[in-house]
Amino acid sequence: MTQKPGAPSASLASPAAARSAPAANPLFEYVVRLGDDRLVLGHRLAEWCGHGPILEEDIALANIALDLTGQAAALLALAGEIEGAGRDEDALAYFRDETQFRNALITELPKGDFGFTIVRQFFFDAYSYLLWEALAGAKHAKLAALAAKSLKEDTYHLRHSGEWVRKLGDGTAESHARAQAAVDALWRFTAELFESDAVDLAVAKDGIAVDHGALAERWRAIVEPVLREATLTVPAAPGAAATGGRRGRHTEHLGHLLAEMQIVARSHPGAAW
Amino acid sequence: MNPALPTRDELFAILDGVKDPEVPVISVVELGIVRDARADAAGVTVTITPTYSGCPAMHTIEQDIRAALAERGLSRVTIETVHAPAWTTEWIGPAAREKLRAFGIAPPGAVEQGGLVTLTRRRAPVACPYCGSRDTELRSEFGSTACKAIHVCRACRQPFDEFKPL
Repeated sequence: MTQKPGAPSASLASPAAARSAPAANPLFEYVVRLGDDRLVLGHRLAEWCGHGPILEEDIALANIALDLTGQAAALLALAGEIEGAGRDEDALAYFRDETQFRNALITELPKGDFGFTIVRQFFFDAYSYLLWEALAGAKHAKLAALAAKSLKEDTYHLRHSGEWVRKLGDGTAESHARAQAAVDALWRFTAELFESDAVDLAVAKDGIAVDHGALAERWRAIVEPVLREATLTVPAAPGAAATGGRRGRHTEHLGHLLAEMQIVARSHPGAAW
Repeated sequence: MNPALPTRDELFAILDGVKDPEVPVISVVELGIVRDARADAAGVTVTITPTYSGCPAMHTIEQDIRAALAERGLSRVTIETVHAPAWTTEWIGPAAREKLRAFGIAPPGAVEQGGLVTLTRRRAPVACPYCGSRDTELRSEFGSTACKAIHVCRACRQPFDEFKPL
């Protein structure tokens, strides 16, 4: 792997500009969003390595983290290619600051307890599964290829998190309470996954992106039966939606995550190993 | 470089000597990682595809491919990575499956079609590669590497890996 410090791009250099003006390259923005979700969530999952509640789960979470990080690397490499400014996946992962990240807020929240990690994973996996299924038909050969490949991996992820939601919800009083607390805390972060803005619309017009809003109903059709089967209560109201990640407005947690993730690459710019 | 360019078959024969670093009984050709190989005046181009997106063995595999070709005097090598068609365990042939079994890894079963039909599906028990019993239990769909699941045989009490269908 080679580290190359990248020059900030015009489209992501200024969050203020990104808010007020349409993105200069919507497809680049769109693919960066896909990559950042998986890079950040992959990093959160990797924090469990050596700390899993049981050995099998330690291994499973590390494996899923590896899949997500691998998907992120391929997506960010593709984004760099689309941008055409000479940035590769490492430049995008290690040399952008917090306000230049485009991940949804749900992916950056601290890992919490095992229940929180599993419920977050289940919510994300169900969304990601549906998204890849749709993007496998995208009118962009490289993105469609990554979607078809990732879909196979995410099928295993979703089954894993779905089975654990059932075990925790319909388990002991303690596991039930923790799983329910996670559902209640995370519910308002799920709306952001189904938002569409100018970037989505511009890319959808070219037959590449899918209407994320249209995935919401299908997401509920996967998520809600599992929650009910797990004897968990589906929150009645969506609550005040927590959003902003797609525009670079993050929680205080992302900066800390990036500090840890980027420190080696930034301390030794240009290092190769 | 030899004056006569190696044919595709000759290149595949060389690459068949490159074993998977995690499963050293089968080659990267048998695994379906090598999609194409061709030689022209500019050198050799090998097209590979990753098994899993995050497979950490891919860098080692690239180095091993370069080393195997260099041994035959082929040093100008370009390695291209493709993602379509997505890698599948269906590309692992019968002989390679038998090698996996003999090595103690249950070979992959049929890939489930039709996407995610249910979260609660029960797979048919995987045959134990040691004693052949189907009285086995799936412990985790995530094992020692991204491509393996963990099972335990109730008949011979042996835990074992399965190359999981993808």
